[in-house]
Amino acid sequence: MQTTDYTPLILSLKVAGISTVIVFIAGAFFAHLFARKQFFGKSILESLFLLPLVLPPTVVGFGLLILFGKKGWIGSWLLEWFDVQVVFTWIGAVIASIVVSFPLMYQSASAAFQNLDARLENAARTMGASEWKVFRTITFPLAWPGLLAGLVLSFARGLGEFGATLMLAGYIPGKTDTIPMAIYFAVESGNMEKATFWVVMIVALGFSTILWLNWWSRRSVQRYRNEQL
Amino acid sequence: MKRGWLYVVSLWVLLMAAGCSNGEQSTSGTSGEPVELMVSAAASLTDALEEMKASFEDEHPEITLTFNFASSGKLVQQIEQGAPSDVFLSASPKDMDKLQEEKLIDEATRVDFTANELVLIAEKDSSLMVDLFEDIDPAAIDHFAIGEPESVPVGRYTKEVLEHLNLWEPLQSKIVLGSDVRQVLTHVEMGNADLGVVYSSDAKISDQVKVLASANPEWHGPIVYPGAVVADSKHSEEAKAFLTFLTSEKGKEILNQFGFQ
Repeated sequence: MQTTDYTPLILSLKVAGISTVIVFIAGAFFAHLFARKQFFGKSILESLFLLPLVLPPTVVGFGLLILFGKKGWIGSWLLEWFDVQVVFTWIGAVIASIVVSFPLMYQSASAAFQNLDARLENAARTMGASEWKVFRTITFPLAWPGLLAGLVLSFARGLGEFGATLMLAGYIPGKTDTIPMAIYFAVESGNMEKATFWVVMIVALGFSTILWLNWWSRRSVQRYRNEQL
Repeated sequence: MKRGWLYVVSLWVLLMAAGCSNGEQSTSGTSGEPVELMVSAAASLTDALEEMKASFEDEHPEITLTFNFASSGKLVQQIEQGAPSDVFLSASPKDMDKLQEEKLIDEATRVDFTANELVLIAEKDSSLMVDLFEDIDPAAIDHFAIGEPESVPVGRYTKEVLEHLNLWEPLQSKIVLGSDVRQVLTHVEMGNADLGVVYSSDAKISDQVKVLASANPEWHGPIVYPGAVVADSKHSEEAKAFLTFLTSEKGKEILNQFGFQ
């Protein structure tokens, strides 16, 4: 039995973890910002947000290459000003993961914010609560189940991301080989033992994450209900 | 040995398929009826075969060609798993040998229909001064794009060349692996990799890259493209006709046009 290299596991957790944090904050922010506002171009902007959900991963990957490549709009700027190259690094994997999981977070968060009762927030305002206090004590707790659903989906999507990541981050063993990438190349080269190992690993990882978050969400929803009573 | 079950499953699928085809052959399969020929071909053949399609279909109006392009390694797996396929065009003898050992191709029809060479490429505006493979300076580049050696034939040949030149170890930290030869090309075209190694046929179809050097064929195993009729094909006559066309003058001319030899 060859010694197993665990970098794909650590890398996958790092990439999906960082991407989920960013996506959660950005998704919740934009969803809250847009929830009750109507402005010109809102539908267009929202459609743009959700576009990565329906595009094939290779198209997303190619688009990201055009943006973040050495000669790309953002890529050349990053290289010139910060000497940062995104392509062929784990940061590229994070960016790919952010782009494909953002729609899931945004969608869940906007549903959550739109469905909550605005009168509850207004009641708090009439009692002199600041906007921040309203958000912290009313809006956020009430929207929490929806936000959590978005969080779970984003993490799971980030963990499984392959197509766009392969294009943007490349396949560099030890540096950008996330679990899906390790599985793909193990299968391609006929190394079924290695492929099976990582398949079992990612199934266990995905399943336990969702199980844990489901359990956690039920518990925290229960807790908020109890607090309200 | 853990793959044993895989063979059992693929054998079972094949037996099922064979059983079905026997039943069907009695009703159809007579000449003159339109036939759809499924050609599983190495990704590097994409443009040459697309071009060849019209010429071949003009000569054989009853046959429609359908292509399935992927890396040779992936095609082998698809055929092993019983994917419907009439002709297999591989970018490496090794992959063809594998199917031959498993008796999944008709050995008598096997033919090396073309050859290719390895070239070192850079983005067309690159300022790198490299005229020979030996000139590659690992310190002067950030990223070196090659095919994944375990699964992509072009990657395996590239590794052989780099090992021969004692560049494999020094380049380790610079190497980016592509899942097929076209991805290697894309990495170089977009300027993300400074250098890359692809087939001359791939370099030829891109106007975004320039060829810096050709590899000495003695540095790597022969890059020949073997083709054969898949043992399980229901249209073996038509499949043979396509292989004959590939090796004909007309076929050779089109292949040459796309950088094959």
